[in-house]
Amino acid sequence: MSSARDVLLDPIFNKNPIGLQILGICSALAVTSKLETVVVMCLAVIFVITGSNFSVSLIRQQIPSSIRIIVQITIIATLVIIVDQFLKAYAFGISKQLSVFVGLIITNCIVLGRAEAFATKNTPGLSLLDGIGNGLGYSVVLLLVGFCRELFGAGKLLGFTILPSTNDGGWYLPNGLMLLPPSAFFIIGLLIWALRSWKTEQIEEEN
Amino acid sequence: MKALRNLLDTLHPHFAKGGKLERLYPLYEAADSFLYTPGEVTDGAPHVRDAIDLKRVMITVVIALLPCFFMAMWNTGYQANSALQVTGGSVEGWRGALLDLLGFSANPDSFFDNLLHGAVWFVPIYLVTNIVGGLWEALFSSVRGHEINEGFLVTGSLFPLICPPTLPLWQAALGISFGVVVGKEIFGGTGKNFLNPALTGRAFLFFAYPAQISGNNSVWIAADGVTGATALARAAEGGVAAVVEMTSWFDAFLGLIPGSMGETSTLACLFGAAVLVATGIGSWRIMFSGLLSVVVFSCLLMLIGSDSNPMFALGPQWHLVIGGLAFGLVFMATDPVSGAMTEEGQWLYGLLIGGMAILIRVVNPAFPEGIMLAILFGNVFAPLIDQLVLKFHIKRRLRHVEG
Repeated sequence: MSSARDVLLDPIFNKNPIGLQILGICSALAVTSKLETVVVMCLAVIFVITGSNFSVSLIRQQIPSSIRIIVQITIIATLVIIVDQFLKAYAFGISKQLSVFVGLIITNCIVLGRAEAFATKNTPGLSLLDGIGNGLGYSVVLLLVGFCRELFGAGKLLGFTILPSTNDGGWYLPNGLMLLPPSAFFIIGLLIWALRSWKTEQIEEEN
Repeated sequence: MKALRNLLDTLHPHFAKGGKLERLYPLYEAADSFLYTPGEVTDGAPHVRDAIDLKRVMITVVIALLPCFFMAMWNTGYQANSALQVTGGSVEGWRGALLDLLGFSANPDSFFDNLLHGAVWFVPIYLVTNIVGGLWEALFSSVRGHEINEGFLVTGSLFPLICPPTLPLWQAALGISFGVVVGKEIFGGTGKNFLNPALTGRAFLFFAYPAQISGNNSVWIAADGVTGATALARAAEGGVAAVVEMTSWFDAFLGLIPGSMGETSTLACLFGAAVLVATGIGSWRIMFSGLLSVVVFSCLLMLIGSDSNPMFALGPQWHLVIGGLAFGLVFMATDPVSGAMTEEGQWLYGLLIGGMAILIRVVNPAFPEGIMLAILFGNVFAPLIDQLVLKFHIKRRLRHVEG
């Protein structure tokens, strides 16, 4: 049995859901052009994944295994709708910018993956920690990608000017590629490269 | 000569295993094998004796590029000098100072003035490309402990030729860095890259800094405040009539039109094609099928016709002489590493690139030029095409065996 500490901290670097398992890439491409949307998205995912892991684990003995995916998806969808309605009520501007991608958290492979792989086999307490840990692992990558994309693509961070762009009379020429979704692929690729140079045990064996 | 050899020999122990500079062995090895034939020869039975090695392949490509280099400098100067004659302006900044020092008069009729003026634009980009790209190459070789090879010489020659003359030098550095690192080194270096590194670098710049590589038509002529649309941009707006207004077919064939530095002259590309085909280094199948596909597709689109898009009416004879199509088909598509390897595959690969280039040029309103994206697209598909061809061969042979 793994310790609570490992369950919480391992997903951040050692078993990062994006870096090692390459899950949840779609939203990492879609919402990372600005750091502000990234922060909201990360909070939303941490909430959903923690809630779903905890709830699924609570009723894991009662779910018949033949319909477990349906039950898990129902729980996840409920949580996502709560988040979506909450954002619409209290942060309408951000909710507009995130558009469908809040709803698409339902299909985020990390959420269902943790519910299926971890929560159905572990106690609610551990599952809760696993949810937070994986949410944080996802957030670390997204924040780094969002940081690079907003800084180099617009010269700003969270809307504040860091590198004054030539359009506003500054010296920095914004890199247009960074505002396009493919740039997130390059950045995630480079991050994975860095991660695996640091933790060489993550390198897959050549077949 | 003997002294040089002796010098290299005395240096050898320092770089060999156990020496102080062991990590830098690839640099020593590169210098040595650039100057002399390598001392080690393959021994053991199963190997082919052939005079042609990687070094010779790459040098041949560089020789095939020489007319393009010449045209890159001469035409860049010619375009700029012609523009200066009209506006009455002068060359600004350090380039102007250098040209004054060399006794330059912006006369577009003077052969040397054109060459000189083009050189002050082309040579800095060439140097930056090769120094920055070479540093990356050396860094990766030292860390990974493999040889620096002459493959980079080709990338470093191709990249400046497909840049507009006014490209800022830091962008050239950034572009070649992306091309070499992401396009080649992360996949394992020369021979393992599935994309053409020079084109990868250009594509990066194309999407990152569109204003400096194609934007508002002020990048193609190296004279301040002068805008000159490329022939392709004109064709996209006004069809054949707009192109003819600007240049004759023969001038476009010779390369006397604004554009990326090395790509304008179809004649220079034809010379390159002849060298590559004669030496067997570039695949004639790719060039020919690409050409065929361009002709067929553009004729087809001419037949279909369009009321709103004048590009439909542009015939194959124009498509081949304006923009970078000829340069791309001859030097980029035929890259033996990123292109298709099987003979039948090369036909398919060429057809794909030619067709795609015409489709992007004519149908896609966002990009006037299509050959760069078409070749990268072809690069991505090349392994798949080869795989299909091999499978087909295996199936056919199995049928023979099984009767």
